[in-house]
Amino acid sequence: MNDLFAVVMLLGIYSLLSASFFVAMDAVDVAFTEAAVGAGISTLLMLVVITMTGRKENTKRHKPFLALIVVIFTGGLLLYGTFDIPHFGSADSPIHNHVTPRYINDSINEIGIPNIVTSVLASYRAFDTFGEVVVIFTAGIGIMALLSVAHHSEDNHKIAAVNDSMHERYLVIRIVSKILIPFILLFALYVQFHGDFGPGGGFQAGVIFAAGIILYSMLFGLSITRKVISQPFIQIISAVGVLLYGSVGLVSLLQGGNFFDYNVLLTDPVAGQHLGILLIELGVGCTVTSVMIMIFFNFAERRELQQHNNIHNKDLES
Amino acid sequence: MDVLLEIIASLCLFIGSFICISGGVGILRFPDFYTRMHAVGVTDTLGAGMILIGLMFYSPDFLTLSKLLIILLLTLLISPTTSHVLAKAAMQNELKPKLQQKDSDKELNSSNYS
Repeated sequence: MNDLFAVVMLLGIYSLLSASFFVAMDAVDVAFTEAAVGAGISTLLMLVVITMTGRKENTKRHKPFLALIVVIFTGGLLLYGTFDIPHFGSADSPIHNHVTPRYINDSINEIGIPNIVTSVLASYRAFDTFGEVVVIFTAGIGIMALLSVAHHSEDNHKIAAVNDSMHERYLVIRIVSKILIPFILLFALYVQFHGDFGPGGGFQAGVIFAAGIILYSMLFGLSITRKVISQPFIQIISAVGVLLYGSVGLVSLLQGGNFFDYNVLLTDPVAGQHLGILLIELGVGCTVTSVMIMIFFNFAERRELQQHNNIHNKDLES
Repeated sequence: MDVLLEIIASLCLFIGSFICISGGVGILRFPDFYTRMHAVGVTDTLGAGMILIGLMFYSPDFLTLSKLLIILLLTLLISPTTSHVLAKAAMQNELKPKLQQKDSDKELNSSNYS
């Protein structure tokens, strides 16, 4: 398929379908993440890239037969591997015997929150999640190092002119989004702080929050969004998220526990767990939101620069 | 009372599914982008709305009911907007609607549209 737009859309549909598949398998948290990240923000970011690179894939001179062979071989190996996997839902499969019974039986007494996924993610496996947050943070830094452009200051007059020209084109969707964006942000906060009790948590909340802001900047222009949320502010927030997460671990270390042992944060272990999970989810949410916004900003700034240069070149030619 | 609720709910669900299916038929049968989008855009809002109303009759408690109500309001708001945006985007990218033409004035019109 040569049309990259269609490819991106198919990827998004695939993500949404697998999200519903996860719901059918009772993995609501995973489904939520897949729907928010896979179908939502990654599609959005790829679409932004397509606006820069153009819709059509370049025609290849060579036929990638080697890649096809590798893919078929790997797929065959994976299929062969599935024959050894225990049947779906069988009670004696390894994942049901190792640590899962302990999580299911003890987490309500040890952690005291109803959503076991959150307690595994944020408390038992806090160190893994810390790694994930650092990965996202590193991705943000990488994007910034590769793509960031020093943007020239724009005067208010020019911003207002751009704003007016967009107002004509996007009138209806602008008004509807103005109604919706507060609810999107509110829903993100709900997901963030309700992650202890229902599906959700910092990752999903961060992505939804970022999607709300990206929607705003798509409809009202990058310059106006940059006035609300400036690039340095976003960078600071993304670092603060990781710092908050890590310092919860350090504080528990200083209190005499292990790294990310929230029991020692407060006198009551369960209350300490609650506080720890709340704080690290907040850290995750901050980092994910700001990194997603940062990636979008950098791509969009590149695009603006490209368009600016194109206009400039045309002026020179004429 | 329960039987009545059940009947109303299943009626709503049935109508909703029928409308959704007719939208699906429309997207396959209609000739060009705008008519297809019209089929889906209209039936989607009504079909999803009917299904949600049907589910509301089934909902066991107030919390589920209010959640379904919020989803219904969002659908009513979002679905027409997306159709509008799609049509506008197609218009801006200069996708012309396929118009019914008689054979005699086909050449005359085609020169106007190209």
